[in-house]
Amino acid sequence: MADRDERNHSNDSQREPDAKAEAGEKTAKGFSRRQFIKGSGLAVGAGVLANEGLLKAAGIESTPVVSGPGAVPVQLKINGRLHSLRLEPRVTLLDALRNHLDLTGAKKVCDRATCGACTVIMDGRPVYACTVLAIEAQGHAIETIEGIAPAHKLHPVSQSFVDNDAQQCGFCTSGFVMAVKSYLDHHPNPTYDEAKASLNGNLCRCGTYMGIRKAVLEAATKEKGGRL
Amino acid sequence: MANIAWPPASKRGLIGKSISRIDGPEKASGRAKYTYDQNPVNLLYAKMLTSPYAHAKITALDTSEAERMPGVRAVYVFNGVGKEVNWEGHEILAVAADSEELAEDAVRRVRVEFQQLPYLVDDADLALATKDGRTRQLGAETSGDPAAGFQQAEVTSEGNYAIPVITHCCLESHGSVAQWAGDKLNVWISTQNVSGAAGEYAQSPDLNVPASNVNVDCQVMGGGFGSKFGIDTWGLAAAALAKKSGRPVKLMLDRKPELLMAGSRPSLRGKIRVGAKRDGTIVAWDSDSWGTGGMGVVGIHGLLPYIFRDIPNRGSRYTAVRTNTGPARAWRAPNHPQACFLTMAALDDMAAKLGMDPLDFFLKNLSLAGERAALYQEELQKAAELMEWKAKWHPRGDKTPGPIKRGVGLSIHTWGGLGHDGYCRTTIHPDGSVEVATGTQDLGTGTRTVINIVAAETLGLPLDGIRVEIGDNKYPPDGASGGSTTVGGVSSSTRVSATNALNQLLAKVAPALGTTPDKLEAVAEKIQVIGDPAKAISWKQACARLGTTPIVAMGQRNMSLISSGVGGAQMAEVSVDVETGVVHMEKMVAVQDCGLIIDIKTATSQVYGACIMGTCYALHEEKIMDQQTGTCLNPNMEFYKLSGLDDVGDIVVHMMTDPAIESRGVIGLGEPPVISPGAAIANAVANAIGVRVPELPMTPERVLDALGKGEMA
Ligand code: FES
Ligand code: FES
Repeated sequence: MADRDERNHSNDSQREPDAKAEAGEKTAKGFSRRQFIKGSGLAVGAGVLANEGLLKAAGIESTPVVSGPGAVPVQLKINGRLHSLRLEPRVTLLDALRNHLDLTGAKKVCDRATCGACTVIMDGRPVYACTVLAIEAQGHAIETIEGIAPAHKLHPVSQSFVDNDAQQCGFCTSGFVMAVKSYLDHHPNPTYDEAKASLNGNLCRCGTYMGIRKAVLEAATKEKGGRL
Repeated sequence: MANIAWPPASKRGLIGKSISRIDGPEKASGRAKYTYDQNPVNLLYAKMLTSPYAHAKITALDTSEAERMPGVRAVYVFNGVGKEVNWEGHEILAVAADSEELAEDAVRRVRVEFQQLPYLVDDADLALATKDGRTRQLGAETSGDPAAGFQQAEVTSEGNYAIPVITHCCLESHGSVAQWAGDKLNVWISTQNVSGAAGEYAQSPDLNVPASNVNVDCQVMGGGFGSKFGIDTWGLAAAALAKKSGRPVKLMLDRKPELLMAGSRPSLRGKIRVGAKRDGTIVAWDSDSWGTGGMGVVGIHGLLPYIFRDIPNRGSRYTAVRTNTGPARAWRAPNHPQACFLTMAALDDMAAKLGMDPLDFFLKNLSLAGERAALYQEELQKAAELMEWKAKWHPRGDKTPGPIKRGVGLSIHTWGGLGHDGYCRTTIHPDGSVEVATGTQDLGTGTRTVINIVAAETLGLPLDGIRVEIGDNKYPPDGASGGSTTVGGVSSSTRVSATNALNQLLAKVAPALGTTPDKLEAVAEKIQVIGDPAKAISWKQACARLGTTPIVAMGQRNMSLISSGVGGAQMAEVSVDVETGVVHMEKMVAVQDCGLIIDIKTATSQVYGACIMGTCYALHEEKIMDQQTGTCLNPNMEFYKLSGLDDVGDIVVHMMTDPAIESRGVIGLGEPPVISPGAAIANAVANAIGVRVPELPMTPERVLDALGKGEMA
C-alpha cells in the first residue's frame, strides 16, 4: 500500500521538488492538527494551544496565546468571501464548513487524514479539512468544491468525472475532484502513471478508480484548451 | 398498442447504450445532498456512548451531569442498568446537543460502570469456541459415498483456508436526520430500503407514530453494500431525541462505531480435502468449516463446495461460532465470496498437485458445475483470451530471477439476481412533460439512470424528456435494494407503467391519425403509424390532446421482463515481491453475464468496482480482533485498509451480450462480480510464489509466512 496519509504533512507526494521549503514555511505560519499530533503525541483539545513546550515539540516557534476553550471569533476566507464566525478553537475546518456554513461538498468520512473525502484547497495546495483547525485556516485562501465552478456549470474536472463515470455513490467524489483539480493546477501534463501515483491520498469504497484515472487525463487535456 | 416486451436490439435507441449516470453532475459538483449533509435549522447533533468491552453488564449509569450541561437537550438510553452489552461498540446511549463538540463532551460526562463478563472475539480456534459452548453445527450434507470416493481418488489434496470478518466501511456512515412537524416525522436516512423504513419507525413504542405519518427521504446515499436495510437502533434514537427535544436531530455514526457495529461480513474457515483421478476428474470432496457472524447463528451452510455441487462423493459440515463482535450484515453477495474462496483455492491446489493448468482442470470438471456449465466454459475461454492465459500461466512458482514473481489465477461464480417486487407510476402531462416515480433508492449503482433510460425508450423520448423521482416513500413502493434485485424490479415496473401510460395516450390520438391504437408507436418524440413516419404527430401535439388531465398509469414488477441466475469468470494477474511480501494486483479480467443490460456504462462500472472491492478484501481488509482485550484493533481507516488508486492494476471487463443472453431479460449485477476476486487473486499469488497463502487478506506478513513454511519452488 502506498502511504496515502500524506496530504497534511511534509512528505506530500504532490509536492514540487522545492516543496520541503514550502512545507517548512507552512509550519512556520501555522500548523495542521496532524502535524501537531505527530509532534506532541497528544490529542488536541481546547486550551492546549497555550502549551509552549508542545508547540516547541511540534517545531513551532510562537508566542503563547490562549484561545478558548469557549467560542472565539474566527474569520475564514472561503471561495473569495470572508466569513465571520464564532467557533471553539477545537473546531476543524471541515466542521466549520459543514456545520456552520452549510458548505457540505467536503465530506466527513474518516475524520483523521486518511481518506481525502474532506479535501479542500488552501493557498493552492490540497489539505484534509478534517485535520486543519478552523482557527489555523484563518488568513489562508480556502477553496471548496462549491467555489470551483459557477452555479449550474461544471468545472472541467467535474465534467470529466461525469463523462468517465468516475463515481458511483459519489461520497468520495468531491474530495477526489478537489484533489485532482489541485494536482492538475500544479501538473498540467501528467502521464497516466504519474497521475495514478499522485492521487493515492483519497479512497473510494465503490471502486471507481478506473473512471477516475481516465477522468484525470481527460480533464488535463481539456484544461489545456482553457475551457470552463 | 405498445407491448411491454423489451424492444428487439434493432429498435433500441437507449437500452444497452453507454449512458452517463444522470445524477453525475450533482455528485461531481458537490451539490448532491446526502443524509449527512442535511442541516435543517435549529439542528441538534447526537453522539453515542458505546460499550468499550466485548461483554459486560451495565451496573451503574448516571447521566445527570451530562444532562445538566448547558446546550445538552436530550438523552436516549439504548441499554441501561442491568442490561448486557455483547460486543465492543454495542449501543448504550445517545446524547443530543447544540453542537457536535458539546455532544461529545456530554458523552464523556456520562458515568457508567460495568461488570466485565467472559467473552470470545476470535473465531480462529474452533476447539476453544467449542469448549466455551459457543458453537452450533448448522447441518451436515452428504451425497454419494465420500469414504469410497477418497478411496477411488488417485490424488488427494488437503488444505486449511480462511477468510476473515471484514466490514462494509461505507464512506457515508449509517445514520439519519429526524425532524418532527407536529405528529409527522420527516427523516433523511441513508438507507437501502426507502419504502420499508416508515413501517419500522411505526413499530417503536417510543415514537408512537403511524407509518402514514412518516416521510422518508434518501435522494443519494454514500454506499450501503448490504449494511443499510434497517433504520437501526440509532435511527430510532434520532427520532426519539428529536421528539424529546422538539428540534431536528442528526445522528450519523462516527467512523469507529461504524466499523465496530454497523456491518460485518461473516468469516469462513475450513479444512478441505479434495480427491481426483490422475486425469484431473474430481471424485471426492470433504469439508469441515466454521465461521462467525457475531452473536447470531449464521453462516454458509449448503454452499460448500461452491458451484461444483455435482462432485459425486461429497461431505460437508458447517459450524456457526458465536463471538462477542459486531453483528453480521449482508455484504454484497452474502456468503458467496467466502464459499468461493475456499472452494476455488482448494481446487486450484488440487490442480497444482496434479501438475495441471487450472484452466484445463476447471474446464474438465465443468460437468460438475450444474446447469450453467456451458456458460462457464464460454466465459472461461473468453477470460483466458483477454488475459492471454496460455502465454502467462506457468507451473507454480515463477522461476524468473529476482524478487518479483508473477502469476495468474482464476475463479468462477454464480448469483440469482431476480428483480424484487415493486411499483412505478408514470405521469404524462398535457404539456408533454413526463414524470416517473418509484419509492426505490440509488446506492450508487445507477438505479435512477436505469429508470430514466427505460422510460425514455418506452415513450420514444430523449433522456431529459423524463423527470425521475425516487428516494422518497411518498412514491409507489419499491423493494429494498439487496441481492442484485433492484435493476430487475425497477426496469420492469418502469417498463410496464410507461407502456400503460403510453397506451392511454395512443388511444387518445389514434382517431386524429385515422387509425387504431394498435397501429401506433412512439419514436423520436413522435407518435406515428408503425412503419410509416409520414403519418405522425409530435409528442407535444399528442399530449396537448389530453386537455387538462394528465395520464397516470401504474406498473408492477413483471416476470416476463426479468430473470434470475448468472455465471461469471474472473482471472487475476499479480506480482509478488518475495522479499517484502507485498502483493500487487496487476490485471484482472472479468467476464460477466447479466441478461439484458440497460446501461453498459454503469454496468461496466459496477464490475470495475467489484473487482476493486474484491482486491481490497483479497489483500487488505480484515477486522482484527484481540482476544486479550476483547477489542478491535483497527476500527479506523488507517489500519482498516482499502486499496488506493495506485494499488490496483488494469481491469478488463467483458459483458456477455449475445441475443440468447439478452433474451433472458434483465438480471441484477451488484453481487456476482464481487464474488470471485478473492479466489482469483489468491490463486494467482500461489501461482506466482509456488506456495498457498491460505488466509485472506494476503498481507506481506502472511505472504512471507507462507514462503517461510513452504520451500520457494
Ligand atoms: S481525510 Fe478528512 S475525512 Fe477522511
Ligand atoms: S463513489 Fe462511492 S465511495 Fe467513491
